[in-house]
Amino acid sequence: MLSIADTQLAEATWIMVVKSIVIFAVIFGVLPLLTVLERKLIGRFQHRYGPNRVGPYGLLQPLADVGKLVSKESFRPENATKTLFILGPLLPVLAGVLSLAIIPWGDVQDGVGLYGIDVPIGILYFFAVGSIAFYGLLLGGWSSGSKYSLLGAMRSAAQLISYEVSMGLALLGVVMMSGSLSLVSIVHSQGEIWFILPQFVGFLIFMLAGFAETNRTPFDMPEADAELVQGFMTEYGGMRFGSFLLVEYMEILVVSGIAAAMFLGGWMGPGPSFLDPIWMLAKMLGLVLLFIWVRATLPRLRYDQLMSLGWKVLLPLATLNVLVTAILVVVT
Amino acid sequence: MSVYNSVDGHLFLPVLKTYLPILVFAFLGLTVGGIFAMLNHLLGPKKPARETAASRRQGEPYESGIPVEPTKGLRFGVTFYLIAMLFILFDIEVIFLYPIGVILKDADSVFVLGEMITFVVLLLVAFVYVWRKGALDWR
Repeated sequence: MLSIADTQLAEATWIMVVKSIVIFAVIFGVLPLLTVLERKLIGRFQHRYGPNRVGPYGLLQPLADVGKLVSKESFRPENATKTLFILGPLLPVLAGVLSLAIIPWGDVQDGVGLYGIDVPIGILYFFAVGSIAFYGLLLGGWSSGSKYSLLGAMRSAAQLISYEVSMGLALLGVVMMSGSLSLVSIVHSQGEIWFILPQFVGFLIFMLAGFAETNRTPFDMPEADAELVQGFMTEYGGMRFGSFLLVEYMEILVVSGIAAAMFLGGWMGPGPSFLDPIWMLAKMLGLVLLFIWVRATLPRLRYDQLMSLGWKVLLPLATLNVLVTAILVVVT
Repeated sequence: MSVYNSVDGHLFLPVLKTYLPILVFAFLGLTVGGIFAMLNHLLGPKKPARETAASRRQGEPYESGIPVEPTKGLRFGVTFYLIAMLFILFDIEVIFLYPIGVILKDADSVFVLGEMITFVVLLLVAFVYVWRKGALDWR
């Protein structure tokens, strides 16, 4: 008989509030640095310097960017639907911040679990909350009243839902091997071997789907600037535009966090246990570097190639992976 | 430290309490998102009082220099609709597979495995049908 919940730990209310705020603050401290890091690295990949004027090594560039975005006039197209137009960037921010809760930064230490939540539904929470962002893109693109926005929104919605299925199936292999949905238990079950080795196919599918889910190159179809101007965000300006960009980086971090926890042993690493969150962050940043590297290397796919990759390659492959894993889990 | 306890009456309260940080995150997300959405309204420059040619242009949707055609009704390809239907089908498959996936290791029975394989194979038949019908080709 299975216990309903083997990892439940309810701390005092104020601890929960404080740790949530700390996680949120750390991520929001890392996000601006990520934007600089990406622009610096892309610059180096392309044999130029990247931002180096504002502050030492261009580190204060995000501040300058935010200052510029904030000083823009707030306006919207006349045929835009006002409420939905404002809701467009708000929902993805909400979804991004909510999915930060599930990333495990460490085990329970001194009675405090180093994670936002560790609930039995675990990964399903990630999928459920992450999908809220689709509504933001669709509403934002549709309510803009511009053909580029609408086309971009439809494209991104179709792309996101196509890769969502493969993403779910890719993680199912890990779930079957560890027998739990809770990310903390999944990290614990990687004590002997990280799941990237037995589940390498799953890892590849998850990362590919992750690139598509975060609208990154080679799948940055929603904002294919050569054909769609800026996709669903065409009509947005100022900080509303900024929040779409912010969400993109936040989603990259979340996908990296889930991948690090499910395939790369999460917080496990040499050294005392207070280093756990550092290890987790290091693994996440390693995966973020992969995102940046891929962006600098690969060209954009055509839309029909994107859809056939998602439906005709990744989906059968992920299903096969699930079947093989299921057989192996039961037989061995 | 209060750990989940199923013996006495406190079955659901601690379980629900572990979800509490979600509320904090939701509050933070809504606050930050709301601030971002309204910041330019508060800090940015205001519209000029008198309407100018530039401010009239500002309300038009983006177009690369040519006159804007007013959008009458919003049309898009039916393929998007098809993709959405297929998504629902296969996403439900994934959601149904998760509970089996969780118990598979502990159950350790060929019967459960057989049920799972039957389910997946049935869906694969549908997948092959959809593929051969050409629904997965982007048009």
